Amino acid sequence: MAEVLLKVDNLTKRFGGLVATDSLNIEVEQGEIHAVIGPNGGGKTTLIHQLSGMLKPDSGSIHFDGADITHLSAANRCHAGMVRSYQITSIFKDFTVLGNVAMSIQAKEGHSFRFWKNADKDFDLTEKAMAILDEMDLQDRADVLADNLAHGEQRQLEIAMALATAPKMLLLDEPMAGMGREDSERATTYLKSMKGTYTMLLIEHDMDAVFALADRITVLVYGQAIACGKPEEIRGNAEVRKAYLGED
Amino acid sequence: MNLQKLKTPLGIYNTILVLLCILMPVIAPIIGQEFYTDVFARIMIVTIAAISLNLIMGYGGMISFGHAVFVGIGGYAVGILASHGIESAYIQWPVGILMSGFFALIIGAISLRTRGVYFIMITLAFAQMIYFLSVSIEKYGSDDGLTIDARSDFGVSFFDLNDEMTMYYTTFVLMCGCLYVSYRMINSRFGRVVRAAKSNDERMHTIGYPTFGYKLTAFVIAGMMCGLSGLLSANFEDFISPDMMFWTFSGELIFMVVLGGMSTIMGPLGGAMIFLFLSEVLSNITNSWHLIFGPFLILVVLFARGGVEGFLAKFEKRNG
Repeated sequence: MAEVLLKVDNLTKRFGGLVATDSLNIEVEQGEIHAVIGPNGGGKTTLIHQLSGMLKPDSGSIHFDGADITHLSAANRCHAGMVRSYQITSIFKDFTVLGNVAMSIQAKEGHSFRFWKNADKDFDLTEKAMAILDEMDLQDRADVLADNLAHGEQRQLEIAMALATAPKMLLLDEPMAGMGREDSERATTYLKSMKGTYTMLLIEHDMDAVFALADRITVLVYGQAIACGKPEEIRGNAEVRKAYLGED
Repeated sequence: MNLQKLKTPLGIYNTILVLLCILMPVIAPIIGQEFYTDVFARIMIVTIAAISLNLIMGYGGMISFGHAVFVGIGGYAVGILASHGIESAYIQWPVGILMSGFFALIIGAISLRTRGVYFIMITLAFAQMIYFLSVSIEKYGSDDGLTIDARSDFGVSFFDLNDEMTMYYTTFVLMCGCLYVSYRMINSRFGRVVRAAKSNDERMHTIGYPTFGYKLTAFVIAGMMCGLSGLLSANFEDFISPDMMFWTFSGELIFMVVLGGMSTIMGPLGGAMIFLFLSEVLSNITNSWHLIFGPFLILVVLFARGGVEGFLAKFEKRNG
């Protein structure tokens, strides 16, 4: 069995009377794509907020790469090697595509208290950013303002920015959100090509994509994992079909 | 420098702004309006404060509604030291700039924990606190202000701020210095972080930036630049008063930046020049000049969102 990279232990988060995450246990192994699915309101977004450090859990712990990161800030989790992407595209719209990716690269290279040298003429930075754009097939759009990209391309840039932080693990919050069939198939292809290089926790509604990509799937209903297993097991699981796939 | 850029409407406008500053001491006597030289010296001093505000407001999204307070602190540093007989520029200037930076550090460290309208209110509250403090200290003139007997002394005969031309061109050189510093900073790695934090602060955290420290540093640098503006003002007017940190002046600074063009390097100069020149000219024509000025400001906000710089830049794209 492969080494466990992310270990979520008894994680609980309440909003008033609502238990959004209920004593949740998840283990993500090195190199796998672990999909988290579930109906709306199942607690997927709350989970990713807690994993990325945007929300503090009420109890339980998160271990990443052997270290307890439960109380680490969002920025430090990124430095530890875990980076998230957003369901609602979250890019720097008034920067170029290259500039967006360069922001992530710059973060990796120590502090940015450098006040004088023009960052556009920092060839080391630009070169590394271009390499990431190549990887994501965005090299031709490097000088375009991020705001002017098509939706599918913005989603790609969203992933590129995460990749540029040189992560061990990606938390992907609905990478196919708002995509048409064509874009979504393209996205499945590039996520597949990243498989093995990066460990991924994938939250997604597009079931075609989930079953094409995931090694294992956890089904989240009312903050609880009602099932966890290989795609074929999940497909055959009666409880999951009832709760989620909408069959009776 | 790309000379092609100077031939565009925006380039011509910016060149005229700088040329007016350089040549005003020559032009003013020729057209028989000698006081224009003083008006322009004030414009350049206020421009430094506007550049500083543009750094944090235009590029960093931090709308400081108490920015004038740092101008006041720079001015008071000169005034208070002078009233104790310390006239050396080598003491006055570093103290003025460092004190402004120190206050910016404290005010920034607290205010930057809030956002949006709360940030505006809290910077205003701090500024008003310090304003009322300056009003209450009778030793330094309270609300009558404090006359300064001698300008900062650099200790050398060939550089004497008491000479009006030396004062004028020192101000000009320092203003150009601040423009250049802001240009370098905005395009540096640091500037990128501050601009990106304005654009999307949460994303900055998730790609690994604790943005607070960067924003606070920008705030302190801006505070020190304002301090410079204040100590120049104290020297030029030979006078300081609490008015220089009253909230209306903070508001005027915001307006100058918006008028000139937020998040543009040269915007603050154009904004300060148009604002101060118009209010000077209009107030000579009629006592109720605000009646003309007010609607003008409203029109600018409504129809020229990017200020003058933004307007001219659009014009350029349309033709090219």
